Amino acid sequence: MENIVVSTALFYLFSGILLLASVGVISTKNPVYAVLFLILAFINSAIIFLFLNAEFLAMLVVVVYVGAVAVLFLFVVMMLNVSQEERKNRFQKYTPLTLLLGVVVFLEIAYISISDDAYLTELSKTKNLSFKNNTVELGNIIYTDYALLFQLSGIILLVAMIGAIVLTLRSRVDTKKQNIKKQVDVKKSDVIEVVDVKSGEGA
Amino acid sequence: MWTFTLSILKKFLLLEIFKGLILTLKYFFKKKVTINYPYEKGPISSRFRGEHALRRYPNGEERCIACKLCEAICPAQAIKIEAEARSDGSRRTTRYDIDMTKCIYCGFCAEACPVDAIVEGPNFEFATETREELFYDKEKLLSNGDRWEEQINAAQKLDAPYR
Amino acid sequence: MNFIDNLGLTIFGTSEIAIAIVILLKIIAITLPLLISVAYLTYAERRVIGLIQLRKGPNVVGPFGLFQPFADALKLMSKETILPTGANKFLFLLAPMITFVLALIAWAVIPFDENNVLSDINVGILYLFAVSSLAVYGIIIAGWASNSRYAFLGALRSAAQMVSYEVSIGLIIISVLLCVGSLNLTDIVMAQKDIWFAIPLLPMFIMFFISTLAETNRAPFDLPEGESELVAGYFVEYSSMSFALFFLGEYANMILMSAITVTLFLGGWLPPFDIFPLNEIPNFLWFVIKVCFILFIFLWVRATTPRYRYDQLMRLGWKIFLPFSLLWVVLTSGFLVLFDLLPQNM
Repeated sequence: MENIVVSTALFYLFSGILLLASVGVISTKNPVYAVLFLILAFINSAIIFLFLNAEFLAMLVVVVYVGAVAVLFLFVVMMLNVSQEERKNRFQKYTPLTLLLGVVVFLEIAYISISDDAYLTELSKTKNLSFKNNTVELGNIIYTDYALLFQLSGIILLVAMIGAIVLTLRSRVDTKKQNIKKQVDVKKSDVIEVVDVKSGEGA
Repeated sequence: MWTFTLSILKKFLLLEIFKGLILTLKYFFKKKVTINYPYEKGPISSRFRGEHALRRYPNGEERCIACKLCEAICPAQAIKIEAEARSDGSRRTTRYDIDMTKCIYCGFCAEACPVDAIVEGPNFEFATETREELFYDKEKLLSNGDRWEEQINAAQKLDAPYR
Repeated sequence: MNFIDNLGLTIFGTSEIAIAIVILLKIIAITLPLLISVAYLTYAERRVIGLIQLRKGPNVVGPFGLFQPFADALKLMSKETILPTGANKFLFLLAPMITFVLALIAWAVIPFDENNVLSDINVGILYLFAVSSLAVYGIIIAGWASNSRYAFLGALRSAAQMVSYEVSIGLIIISVLLCVGSLNLTDIVMAQKDIWFAIPLLPMFIMFFISTLAETNRAPFDLPEGESELVAGYFVEYSSMSFALFFLGEYANMILMSAITVTLFLGGWLPPFDIFPLNEIPNFLWFVIKVCFILFIFLWVRATTPRYRYDQLMRLGWKIFLPFSLLWVVLTSGFLVLFDLLPQNM
């Protein structure tokens, strides 16, 4: 019993931090702080996944979002020096749109929690994921029931990646490049000539 | 074809890197060349220019006659001399200061000295904790001379044939 | 570990608090020797590099200079902590702590012996991967918070480098996992009972080692520090204990990466052959010996290779390691399917 009390308390602690961090993301003036709050939010959501016994998902959130995506965010934000003024204007310009989005998402969640549609109530229930190894379970589902969707999402990612490369790739002609193959293939005889010079006859 | 395979092998087996690693591993086991400094010291040339010293004649009379040649030649202007006639009429310094923080250890003072009074001795371990300790006065220089006389004398004898 | 379990059971019983105390004791039992070995790793580094360069290295403080790390620690602690005026104070002080803590928490899942691990979780290797991917934050935050050009350049270099090599590390780990069929580190070690993965997966082993060099910012990939062009990279502005935390974190990371390499490729705590004189040595000792061996290679490589240029580093990561490790994943899975060797433990 004591255990459940502790874990409930911990759940509220971490979800509280998660909510505060999310508020921090949108309210802080410094963009670097915003990204750092975002990272805090990601980590806390990973911890909440752990409460659901979904350790695989928790680790993936940390690896993918915190370890890779947020690093790039931080990277970009640190290098761009967005001035205070500009941000203020933009904030006001996009406020209605973001408010609308928030309201729509909130309504959707509210509808799921109050409606008595059988499918939706089933969906909204937190399933007990306490089987031994949810990595295996996930693999079994992804590669059987949803194999096609999984492959499709892979292809979409591939397209996005190629798109990103095409957009940013420019072949420059005015730069000198190192030809590593050529350098590694160099043999002693290609670059050094040993000449036997007699005493007094050298140039 | 053979050279192609060879170059591929060379790259993928990291041959050059392993060659380098084996070379450094050999050095790992070689005899070390370090002199264990505070306990062992390297040899010093007889012309070594270290800490300054003012010498005396064997009878105890100080050599310096306050000609101020060293003060004049010193490129760093580190030497400051004041002189007066002593009660017996001989010309002696009343003040002989060397600012060791200015000194560049060129050895010109020792070269200029007509009586071999100022010399640069073999001592190189005179680091201090404060700057002030490096402003040497006549007393300090003379005591240096007394302390290192033996070594200075030996070095000068060794160097004499070349002068 | 088992010893502490038994001790806790006899002294404190089985209440919730007792369990917490036992876990705390275990954490101390891992952290304390780890910190001491970090201190001695710095000593070993100076010593090994000295010996390779025909010098002697530190040999004055204590017998064979063995007290040198403590002298260094005392020196660092007695120095003044400098906060640069333009620095972001909170993040500036947070960054070394992040680096240090991340280097320590990863040890929670490393198995030292069979059933001798603080937390034997199902996704151990993913946890390690996650923690090592977080390590970049300590560096990038330090670089930004210092408000110094050198530090920032070092941090950017480091972030790009670590993210790049993480990709190939991930793929290499996948090819190991294909042979194991489990993300649990104990399972990974047990799967090497017959043959260490370093032998069938030799190219992956070497690539993994090189990637860990890049991941821990060690020579020849120590561009983030690059003392000749960036002074000291991301920790130029640090002094005293905050510097010491960075230093400890970096070296703890080295030990951690060696431990991961040992677990993945060199059979963890298993003796090389299960024959008489070798299997008499305690398993834990085998683990330590292997980690020391990998650490020696870390130092050996540092004394041998010159620093890579940044474009060469990126080329190696993205154009050679990434395709090659991807190819090896395909080859391994193909091989396993072809000869019907896929692990069947689920």
